[in-house]
Amino acid sequence: MERLGDALLLVVLLTDLALLVTDRLSSSIRLVALQGVLLGLVPLALAHSFSGHLVAIVVGTIAIKAVLLPRILLWAIREAAVRHERQPSIGHLPSLLLGLAVTAIAFGVAGRLPALPGRSLPLLVPVALSTLMIGFLLLTSRRKALSQVLGYLVLENGIYLFGLTLADRLPLLVEMGVLLDVFVGALIMGLVVFQIQRELETLDSRELSQLTD
Amino acid sequence: MLLPALVLVPLLGAVAAYLDRSAARRSLWIVTCAALHLGLVATAWWLRPAPAGPGWLAFDPLGGLTLTLTSVVFLAVALYSVGYQRHEPLRGGRAYASCLLVFLAAATVVTLTRHFGLLWVAMEATTLATAPLIYDPADRRSLEAVWKYLVVCSVGIAVALLGIFFLASAQVAGAGAPGRALMLEDLLAAGPRLHPAWLRGSFVFVLIGFGTKMGLAPMHTWLPDAHGEAPSPISALLSGALLNLAFVAILRELAVLRAAGQGDFAGPLLVGFGVLSVAVAAAFLFGQGNYKRMLAYSSVEHMGILAVGAGLAGVATYGALLHVLSASLAKALLFLVAGNVLLGTGTKRTREVTGLARRLPVSAALLVAGFLAISGSPPFGPFLSEFTLLTGAVRSGATGVVVALLTLQALIFISMGSAVFGMVLGRPSAGTTPAPRESLWLVAPPAVLLALVLALGVWIPEGLRQTLAAAAAGLGGSAP
Repeated sequence: MERLGDALLLVVLLTDLALLVTDRLSSSIRLVALQGVLLGLVPLALAHSFSGHLVAIVVGTIAIKAVLLPRILLWAIREAAVRHERQPSIGHLPSLLLGLAVTAIAFGVAGRLPALPGRSLPLLVPVALSTLMIGFLLLTSRRKALSQVLGYLVLENGIYLFGLTLADRLPLLVEMGVLLDVFVGALIMGLVVFQIQRELETLDSRELSQLTD
Repeated sequence: MLLPALVLVPLLGAVAAYLDRSAARRSLWIVTCAALHLGLVATAWWLRPAPAGPGWLAFDPLGGLTLTLTSVVFLAVALYSVGYQRHEPLRGGRAYASCLLVFLAAATVVTLTRHFGLLWVAMEATTLATAPLIYDPADRRSLEAVWKYLVVCSVGIAVALLGIFFLASAQVAGAGAPGRALMLEDLLAAGPRLHPAWLRGSFVFVLIGFGTKMGLAPMHTWLPDAHGEAPSPISALLSGALLNLAFVAILRELAVLRAAGQGDFAGPLLVGFGVLSVAVAAAFLFGQGNYKRMLAYSSVEHMGILAVGAGLAGVATYGALLHVLSASLAKALLFLVAGNVLLGTGTKRTREVTGLARRLPVSAALLVAGFLAISGSPPFGPFLSEFTLLTGAVRSGATGVVVALLTLQALIFISMGSAVFGMVLGRPSAGTTPAPRESLWLVAPPAVLLALVLALGVWIPEGLRQTLAAAAAGLGGSAP
């Protein structure tokens, strides 16, 4: 199972890097959905035994991160009729290089972190930190409001992966609460994205710059 | 049953308000739930209920104090909203009423919970419940404000979640049995056995994450926009209740660090962010042209003061806890009065508002009294709490910090004072519409808050003193 788990995590890392060079918003959303499926499967590779808790996590994660959220975001761009991330503030190659640099840093940091006892996947912490930092990179380098929502979701995915190191130590109620909060948060952000489009005829969040001192 | 009821009453009220089609009855639902909630909180002080669930909710001094404050501010806001809606109808309707009550339920969980995971879930719920309230004006400016609020606070809170996971890692990686994951009691009992490196990392992320929600500089960028654009009752709720919730979350983590002997690591970080917040507030208050944003930056200032007090331990921490109460009540009062000014003049620009003393005499008096209170003038509560905090700081040897705070506060006093007196004095600008009559709904809630602020300045009851001392004791603080 360890092999499978690390393979899943490698694909997560690839989706992170792919997001950095994707311009089509609908493709970006599909990549985030794919990442949601992978995230839902990682707990299976980590589990000691089969339990109701495990089933709830796998089903809950896939339902929310891979099905519901992408559908809402796809709805928001369809209604708002936007297709492309126009002129990201940094180009493809620099942003990919930055992503790779951030990944290298994440692997370095993860190697230095004090060890956690118990069974875990060797790639779990490094991929969690890389995903987190690439999410932050997306959030800060993209201009479209929707791309920023995707950046937030990727960042949240990284934190979720890190949380898996704690596996069974968190109560189900808390894990479900976290998932629910992320879902409602992204739902409200999706609605705001829709409003921004209606209000400004553009999804560019740079247009939102009236409030200054 | 009392503790779950504190959460369930507002939650059920939220459902009822959502189902009710009559706007008048929805106001009634909000006020009823708020009054019932405050009654239950008072009963909890009387009965001191046992922890509920597997120790997930408990009524302790720190949680009890913040919960009481939240409940009082919420009731004042609920009553004020009744009058406010007659002049400025709220667009949100059913969603507005239920979001307001969901916020109260989530805030109750934040103050009472002993589980850091549940604390995070409830904290994020307060962000989500308040977002539609901020967007209530439904114009381009409030859209921008709510977008910044959602993105900045959600990312901040996500960072705090990472910090909470680090805290769980500190338990697992530490020596001895880890205890129940993320339960406050087990973390405090483990104390020095927690893994120090994970624990320090945890504090940094929790401080940055919840510090964003609390409005500490440089993560405060969402705060002036959200407070400035939200309807005034919501600004009062954000400033008087929401920011404190994030402070309480940081204090819970601080208690764990102090129990683990890492207080010397946490303290300077808190003091650093605190002083920076006061400095940033002083810079942006200078010549601030919008009176709601002025009050928002004043909130940044007071959150900074709280962080300094918590970081210095000793008497300063006791002073900080007292300051939570007095400054929050004063800020809620000021935002409610700012609502009256906005209703009466129709502008948020400080320079366009003149002659309030003639146009809105009661609100003008409340504004001046509120300004004197928040800037730390005797005989109001913030004077006593800041005095306690600063003398505590001097005793801890942080004279440099005290000098910096006093200098910055003098600057803030001048900036805010010239704005407030410019608004109150002079003759009403020509051509403005006649001011609405100041109805009791609009004036009584801030007046009651002012009375509480004044009471906290002249007399601290023995029971309150003991509760504050007990809450401070867990944070390395002590009563003067």
